[in-house]
Amino acid sequence: MSIDEKTVAKVAKLARIALPEERLAPMTHELNDILNWVEQLQEVDVEGVEAMASCVDAVLPLRKDALAQDETGGGQPEAVTKNAPRTEDHFFVVPKVVE
Amino acid sequence: MSEPRKLLKGATGDWEVVVGLEVHAQVSSVSKLFSGASTTYGAGPNENVSLVDAAMPGMLPVINEFCVEQAVRTGLGLNAEINKWSRFDRKNYFYPDLPQGYQISQYKDPIVGEGEIEVELDDGSTVMIGIERLHLEQDAGKSIHDLAPDASYVDLNRSGVALMEIVSKPDMRSAEEGAAYFSKLRTILRYLGTCDGNMDQGSMRADVNVSVRRPGEALGTRTETKNVNSIRFVRQVIDYEARRQIEVLEEGGTIDQETRLFDVKTGETRTMRSKEDAHDYRYFPDPDLLPLELPDDLIERVRASLPELPDQKKHRFMDDLGLSAYDASVLAMDKDKADYFEAVAEGHDGKLAANWVTTELFGVLNKQGLTIKESPVSAAQLGKLVGLIEDKTISGKIAKQVFEHMLTDDQGKDPADIVEARGLKQVTDTGAIESAVDEVIAANPDQVERVKEKPKALGWFVGQVMKATGGKANPQAVNEILRAKLGVE
Repeated sequence: MSIDEKTVAKVAKLARIALPEERLAPMTHELNDILNWVEQLQEVDVEGVEAMASCVDAVLPLRKDALAQDETGGGQPEAVTKNAPRTEDHFFVVPKVVE
Repeated sequence: MSEPRKLLKGATGDWEVVVGLEVHAQVSSVSKLFSGASTTYGAGPNENVSLVDAAMPGMLPVINEFCVEQAVRTGLGLNAEINKWSRFDRKNYFYPDLPQGYQISQYKDPIVGEGEIEVELDDGSTVMIGIERLHLEQDAGKSIHDLAPDASYVDLNRSGVALMEIVSKPDMRSAEEGAAYFSKLRTILRYLGTCDGNMDQGSMRADVNVSVRRPGEALGTRTETKNVNSIRFVRQVIDYEARRQIEVLEEGGTIDQETRLFDVKTGETRTMRSKEDAHDYRYFPDPDLLPLELPDDLIERVRASLPELPDQKKHRFMDDLGLSAYDASVLAMDKDKADYFEAVAEGHDGKLAANWVTTELFGVLNKQGLTIKESPVSAAQLGKLVGLIEDKTISGKIAKQVFEHMLTDDQGKDPADIVEARGLKQVTDTGAIESAVDEVIAANPDQVERVKEKPKALGWFVGQVMKATGGKANPQAVNEILRAKLGVE
């Protein structure tokens, strides 16, 4: 499997990663190298083997439906907005997003 | 292929409208899907936000057990298949009110699979609408654009709140069916208690998919109108989109697969963004979460706790109490109304009780703009009134007078006491009725002649006797005595 420059440019745009024109060709080359390397896995015969969703030998832990009093709970708008460049009345304030 | 159920007339022939709904229903939980922050509506900005919801580095999601159970409960209420193994995926996109840069959702392996529900239409008929799937996902935050000219304000209180996305099959064929499905879904959710169905607060909203085609042809290109938050608006969106698409196609144009917005003020939809990039979400399994495996006993435990659902109730009202499909549906589709009706009907004739509730009581409530819970007449009182009609203490006509008193000057009083105090008891004493009949006959010889020619004129006599007795005579007894005395068969 290999991907072209157009696909790389599109993925970069979707991921909001700035990719200057001159980096496009080398990036495409690097990504194809990785894809080719991973492609070796295609050689393994997985006929009849169920797809694996996780390699962790554990079950998903469940939480009770209750309010937490620590950082995994609410009531801390100061802490939540502390790192924001601009805030007002505990709102995050961001450049105008027009729909 | 089956015959189209409904068609719309265009300038160049008939069109079939195809509708599917994706409904987002907020799980009625105390805390969020993956964090311990509150879901309360109306809190101050970013008050209900944990460091998990704000996507601070190092924070990990831990799933809320209650939300999982509510999804299973809803799945069972939709007669759907429950998947004991499901998985969470990341749906990637960028927006200021989505701090993670992705929404945790379920893409390939949802917790609930296919089901179907029965939907009532205005004419009393029903259609079966298929459910494609139900999955759990996080809600996003809220951006407010009108607080400042140069900035948007972001509140993450909703960020991470548990939503059930319920996707229908494209089984609806008109605006009426789309609205009826949305309404029925709300009824089922409220019965189950899994979502409060409060559309003003955003607890329930629909993305409406509409396409049109010539009868018998393959599906047309669809548009998706986002965040429609009332039953009436769902109907308007479908009506508008169907008409718009037919017009475009008949003029030789094509429909773009796009996302549209509904303008409440104009009742029109408009383009929001083109589908091109916006829907390339690059889903992949969330590495922070293991697959969700339901414990063996969970489904059975939830099933055992299900209440009687609206359709079961409707059919019980029809089969056991003899109600018409229409009355049964009107009463069963609202749990409060159904509870009230059942309290009235307790120990009484179901049909008579249904008539009094749906006609007399609902008439008054509608007029006064009251909900059933605010009814000035309690179910117990109305039940007693129905009892007085049944045991012939009063006639149906007098009962309406008593009901008037119960609503106004005799509020809260026992109907039997009202009847007693106001002397409204039905006269069943045949002697008293007979003398009233004799008086009327003696005073109206012309009418006596007439009734011999035209037996239908008997009604006039009944009216006169009822008038003479102040409406208190038993109408059946009056009829019998009149027939005997006038020789009418």
